[in-house]
Amino acid sequence: MDVLQQLGMYYSQNGLYVLTEFYQHFLMSAYGVFFAAIVAIPLGIVIAKHRKLSQVVFSITNVIQTIPALAMLALLLLVMGLGANTVIVALFLYSILPILRNTYVGITGIEHAYLEAGKSMGMTKFQMLWMVELPLSLSVIMAGLRTALVIAIGVTAIGTFVGAGGLGDIIVRGTNASNGTAVILAGAIPTALMAVLADLLLGRLEKWLSPIKTKKKTG
Amino acid sequence: MLKLENISKVYKGKKKAVNNISLEIKKGEFICFIGPSGCGKTTTMKMINRLIEPSEGAIYINGENILEKDPVDLRRQIGYVIQQIGLFPHMTIYENMMLVPKLLKWSENEKRERAEELLKLVDMDPEFLDRYPNELSGGQQQRIGVLRALASNPPLILMDEPFGALDPITRDALQEEFKNLQRTLDKTIVFVTHDMDEAIKLADRIVILKGGEIVQVGTPDEILRNPVNAFVEEFIGKDRMLQTLPDVELVQQIMNTMPISITLEKTLSQAIALMREKRVDSLLVVDGQNLLKGFVDVETINEKRKVATSISDVMNTSIFSVQQTSLIRDVVQKILKQGYKNVPVVDHKKHLVGIVTRSTLVDIVYDNIWGEEELEVLEKE
Repeated sequence: MDVLQQLGMYYSQNGLYVLTEFYQHFLMSAYGVFFAAIVAIPLGIVIAKHRKLSQVVFSITNVIQTIPALAMLALLLLVMGLGANTVIVALFLYSILPILRNTYVGITGIEHAYLEAGKSMGMTKFQMLWMVELPLSLSVIMAGLRTALVIAIGVTAIGTFVGAGGLGDIIVRGTNASNGTAVILAGAIPTALMAVLADLLLGRLEKWLSPIKTKKKTG
Repeated sequence: MLKLENISKVYKGKKKAVNNISLEIKKGEFICFIGPSGCGKTTTMKMINRLIEPSEGAIYINGENILEKDPVDLRRQIGYVIQQIGLFPHMTIYENMMLVPKLLKWSENEKRERAEELLKLVDMDPEFLDRYPNELSGGQQQRIGVLRALASNPPLILMDEPFGALDPITRDALQEEFKNLQRTLDKTIVFVTHDMDEAIKLADRIVILKGGEIVQVGTPDEILRNPVNAFVEEFIGKDRMLQTLPDVELVQQIMNTMPISITLEKTLSQAIALMREKRVDSLLVVDGQNLLKGFVDVETINEKRKVATSISDVMNTSIFSVQQTSLIRDVVQKILKQGYKNVPVVDHKKHLVGIVTRSTLVDIVYDNIWGEEELEVLEKE
């Protein structure tokens, strides 16, 4: 039987299962990035204000980034055991660097004129952050989230080795079966699709958040 | 209202940026700080709203030592305009302008009212309020930048080379507009610039700084006439001789008060007859109330006499005029450089009151230069 036909048959027979795994896959990736954002965005703001700290923080996060995904999962497995949480922690660790770096770059890259204007008008430090620095760096921070999410979707696929489920399950089943090409594809295509979609959507969002506005939205 | 008392600023590398400056500024005064780069003019100004903290000395606003006040409160009471304009791109013009009022927690109604009132000051349409800074030209943006500083009606405004980044024509227009605005609003202004022309045009008093110290303080006239040392002389530049005319100062003192004009509804043949009678090649056009409308010259009449009958059809409405109360030194260069043969003089309501011709100016310039040479000859003898 033709691979494409097999693929079609797999989807028609296991459609609901694939959807559940797709959802599970996406949730894990999103959680990992979400928690990383909660930590990395404030941290990025802090190190943007205290540049001396930034070197230390970046060396640590850079080291984390160099650990291969499988090794990371194996290490976390020792501590946390099997399950989705292990994957989410791994994703959390991987996502920190891109988000942190973009937040840092976003905030340190703001033109000095805006900061001087804000300060000279009598903004408090918090007002500066809330009314000037964050809005002006939001699209750069968003770009960090986008990178992090795309990486996370890829790493989640390996999560199957620690029993986390997700589309990786389908791929691995395919590799274990003889003639499993169709099954591998059945898992790989949605994974790739998810990554592309996430990239496109967040790209849109990033553009929309760009601080340089030209037209007032009506309504 | 503003008093600087022995202020100094020493940076960490022991570099003294500002050294023991004392200065008193009256309410409603327009003060220009001027000097070469690194002379401490910007530093001095920024100490007034504590963007830079003085190392020594004290600054008083209306008798209050500002160094004892909360810097955030202080800054909300002082307007500030920067060279890079610094309008926030993510906020509309309205939000940008009303930022300080927002920080001061004005109500929405008060803000809306104030914003429209401010736009009127610079003849901008209220529809600009909903636009974003990127949709505006540089000149419009800096107008908004100035309005932003005026928003909460602060008595004191600091300006850091506000017109430095604009093209010369826009800069000229904005300077004029702003000087008028300052006169009507009666604000005290501290203005930093490195452009002597700008300082002479705008300032009530000029403060010349060098190496963190004050070299000379005085009105533009005092400084032009009696520079205290070679540095000031050099800084003013030799070509400003023209601007130090001793007796004649205002345009109305030198203008010809009998300009040859014609009213709108007259015919072309009447215009030609008048030109011939007065032996001129152009006429100023006014309406029934003597308001200046434009001009016609003999070439245009010649070209269009077959298709047009009345003056209003052929007149050129883009006409350059000067106010009768303008200082001569401000208009001389404009006229000479742009090559006008003559320039009509109007009062503040645009009524035609006179005319300045190129030859009048040449006479003055000539008198000025020749007069001095004569003096030198006398001294040698």
